[in-house]
Amino acid sequence: LSRYTATTDADLDAMLKAIGVDSVQEIFDRQIPEAVRLGRALNLPDGLPEQEVYEHLRALAARNTSAEDELTFMGAGMYDHYVPALIDMLTERSEFLTPYTPYQPEISQGGLQVMFEYQTAISELTALPVSNASVYEGPSAVAAAGYLAKLHNGRRRLVISAGVHPHSIETLRTQAHGYGMDVVEVPLSGSHLTDERAWRAAIDEDTSAAIFAQPNFYGAVEDAQALSAAAKQAAGDGAGAGGGGAAPVVIAQVDPVVLGILKPPGECGVDVAVGEGQSLGNRLDFGGPSFGFFAAREEYLRRMPGRIAGETTDVDGRRGFVLTLQTREQHIRRDKATSNICTAQALNALAGVVYLTWLGRRGLVELGELLLARTHYARERLAGLEGVEKLHDQPVIREFAVRLDADVAAVRRRCAQQGVNPGVDLQALTGRAEDRGGLLVAITERRSRADIDRLAEVLEQAVAAERDPAVADDPAVAQKTVAA
Amino acid sequence: MSQIDENHLTTASAGGAPDPGIEAHRPAHAANGAAGNRASAGGATPLQRDAARTIFEKGAPGRRAFVAPALDVPQVDVSELLPDRFRRAEPPRLPEVSEPEIVRHYVGISKRNFDLDSGFYPLGSCTMKHNPRLHERVAALPGHARLHPLQDPERAQGALELMWNLQQALAEIAGLPHVSLQPSAGSHGELAGVLMTRAYHEDRGETRHKVLTPDTSHGTNPATVTMAGLEVVKLATNADGGIDLDDLRAKTDGDVACLMLTNPNTLGVFDPNIAEIAEIVHGVGATLYYDGANLNAVMGLSRPGDMGFDIVHFNLHKSFTQPHGGGGPGSGPIAVSERIAPFLPRPLVVRRDQSGAAAGNGAARTAVFDLERDGERSIGRLRGFQGNYGCFVRAYAYICSLGADGLRDASETAVLNANYLLARLREKHVAEYLPLAYGELCMHEFVLSGGPMKRELQIKTLDLAKRLLDFGFHPPTVYFPLLVDEALMVEPTETETKETLDAFADAIAEILSEAAEDPEIARNAPYTTPVRRLDEVAAAKRPVIRQAPG
Repeated sequence: LSRYTATTDADLDAMLKAIGVDSVQEIFDRQIPEAVRLGRALNLPDGLPEQEVYEHLRALAARNTSAEDELTFMGAGMYDHYVPALIDMLTERSEFLTPYTPYQPEISQGGLQVMFEYQTAISELTALPVSNASVYEGPSAVAAAGYLAKLHNGRRRLVISAGVHPHSIETLRTQAHGYGMDVVEVPLSGSHLTDERAWRAAIDEDTSAAIFAQPNFYGAVEDAQALSAAAKQAAGDGAGAGGGGAAPVVIAQVDPVVLGILKPPGECGVDVAVGEGQSLGNRLDFGGPSFGFFAAREEYLRRMPGRIAGETTDVDGRRGFVLTLQTREQHIRRDKATSNICTAQALNALAGVVYLTWLGRRGLVELGELLLARTHYARERLAGLEGVEKLHDQPVIREFAVRLDADVAAVRRRCAQQGVNPGVDLQALTGRAEDRGGLLVAITERRSRADIDRLAEVLEQAVAAERDPAVADDPAVAQKTVAA
Repeated sequence: MSQIDENHLTTASAGGAPDPGIEAHRPAHAANGAAGNRASAGGATPLQRDAARTIFEKGAPGRRAFVAPALDVPQVDVSELLPDRFRRAEPPRLPEVSEPEIVRHYVGISKRNFDLDSGFYPLGSCTMKHNPRLHERVAALPGHARLHPLQDPERAQGALELMWNLQQALAEIAGLPHVSLQPSAGSHGELAGVLMTRAYHEDRGETRHKVLTPDTSHGTNPATVTMAGLEVVKLATNADGGIDLDDLRAKTDGDVACLMLTNPNTLGVFDPNIAEIAEIVHGVGATLYYDGANLNAVMGLSRPGDMGFDIVHFNLHKSFTQPHGGGGPGSGPIAVSERIAPFLPRPLVVRRDQSGAAAGNGAARTAVFDLERDGERSIGRLRGFQGNYGCFVRAYAYICSLGADGLRDASETAVLNANYLLARLREKHVAEYLPLAYGELCMHEFVLSGGPMKRELQIKTLDLAKRLLDFGFHPPTVYFPLLVDEALMVEPTETETKETLDAFADAIAEILSEAAEDPEIARNAPYTTPVRRLDEVAAAKRPVIRQAPG
């Protein structure tokens, strides 16, 4: 008898008798042809008692160096923000953890109201009127937005800035190949902003969507208004020749946690804002589960992917919530659906809305200002080190890039020995030649000034050691370099 | 809020207490046990009286839960760091509430949810099996929960080993050698599968346009096909609930890229012709795709790979008990045959065996785990990073707990429970009104047709489902699959006791006898839930999908 099943021998006898068979085996034998029965035990280890499973999983966890074990400045899409204790407590409640999609609204008002509140919070954050109840995560949200653009205007080209996270660009390419669209990448200028001339030139009358990131992958704050306007104008320019001339759908992948201080996409001419929600109260979890958000102008509402909760009343006039606009969805519309997504990230979106509520109206601004100040401090501090320079001069909010005059992988290894993870090796992630020497450094509210100073100290030492092996070999010299 | 307030005013006048006629038809033993949840007339329950208010309607300006860490770096004017033209003028109108208010609010609304830990949840095709709490504990260990996805592989060996072990286990369960854990849910796994099928054919210099799916398939199948740029061709179902082989033969030609199949299918029927189906599909060079939503019927008993499938997706949130979270997170790993393997999404977890010398220690051989990013023929990436690792931890813990025997036992018990429940419903004469749509026995779930019930008792499947709410049960899946009239799709899972199955059968029988007396009871149900039947038409007609700024 396994610990998750409950059939005693007496139960089994009674059940088989009721069914009218002699054994469980007979139920299978009568339904599965012998040729496709396994006929042997699976080649897997024997089951273990709970305490031994715990020990095994604990031992595996111990072989990972987590943000608990080192001073980390890694970001590039997921960030080590503090997750308040009340989120753990709420997401572990049976009532939120163990039900499924609210198909029966009368007994799912809790989950539906959470979705409604989440949609409201995302709308507020992005300054866009409609939001769905979540999609999988950031990069696939970009691909989902591309599909929305295709359904909206039926054109063939997706223009995307090289400033969008490389995982998003790759994901868009994978899925666009499926839905039959070409992806055109617009390079960045030398100042690590989307090259506006190239952006304008790339957008023509067959451009379905124009996609950029705010802030971009290199931490730089883009001129979102200018990019949106340029996209719409570029389409207008081409209109004479191409006929149609309606503007492409302007899509921005935005960092939600800085939207307390950064002009929101809805005020920058953006039509669809998507992004990674991990920063909002979700754990790192080695990459997931987190959630993706998806907000848009009203005209796109009926082409949105995923679940949407709406308000209504019951037969007695009580306020209630239901899943709405379901004729967009796969279980009704099948091959004509606006997306195949069904199960998304409800529990993670709950964490997201609780986090935004916890921060509150003022907290979101205060957090943004703190990140801005500390990130500025960190950038100036690192750029002042020998062999380290800023990759660009653009405004940054919680992440910035520097260029090391040394091998980044080797420097990172040296830092790791000191218990510091200085950030992400840019070139290793993007594969771009021009990113050689690049280090992407993220600052969360968990990284104090003392932590940043410690990073500067360790990084300086490591860079110096890599630039001059003699320094590395002689602790006295290394010490002197640091002192200098 | 203006819009909805008007709705309240107009409809509230028509409302009031539940149908007074209910009192007369209350079950005699309504006060006992679970029956206490049933129809009771004369006023609202406490939850019903507690009108829904959102967090945006609570709190007061100035309240807060978050206290920012002190500014410990030199103060610089914000405008200097972020030019005004990039700055937000007005902060988003988020709630202003204290921590106690947040906790009370969300705990309060959580009580307006029914959940698996509170009661039976036989939602067909969703595999609502018990979620062991051990899994939450191990997933929350900082070594898993606070591990950055871009951590260097040499410092994430525990995570990569876990993923590798899970891949190996899933490969063995599927009977297919290569696994990618990347897809985020079943539908995402389907997308990977169809894109891989396309890539496979393109790699052979072929462009194929059609994907066959039976009319019983999950809606995600056809939706996925369209998203992958291919065209759906529907297959008919035969009298036994399997694929109509003549229809299949007629529609299978050189333009078919793939057949997507669930086996056992959504009717709970294991297609006995699967070997022949595979032969027909493979005969024209097409691939066979296995929708793993119903894998809980066959773990350790029959393997998709051995049935001839080329691509399988798993739903870790179904068969492997990752909690459903109210609609996610899910996780949809895929397993594939050799010929599809080159097209798997990247990155992939790989294991490299190093000799003792290379590993730099005394061990004879050391396994090192890494992420393989290159793959010339790969379809590419489907999402950021490596997938929903938190779900992998839970699924892996489950597989470690159960082992080979336990997984087989889970499937055997799931099938036993479904057949027993079916038998109980027959015993109680429910089958006369709700006959099994196909077959005699079933696999892990079964589909009843409410057609006779509707004709003879004047209640629809929807009414039955709503009345079940008053009995404290989550209803089965309703109106799916589409080809069954008034469908009711029941999946009890292996973690339910015989007593629970008996009680559920009793409840259905009681609702039917109640309907024989007065169908209005079920037609107006539920009565005891936090809200009663909701106006979905109005919700869709004039969508209010966010709290109006107030």
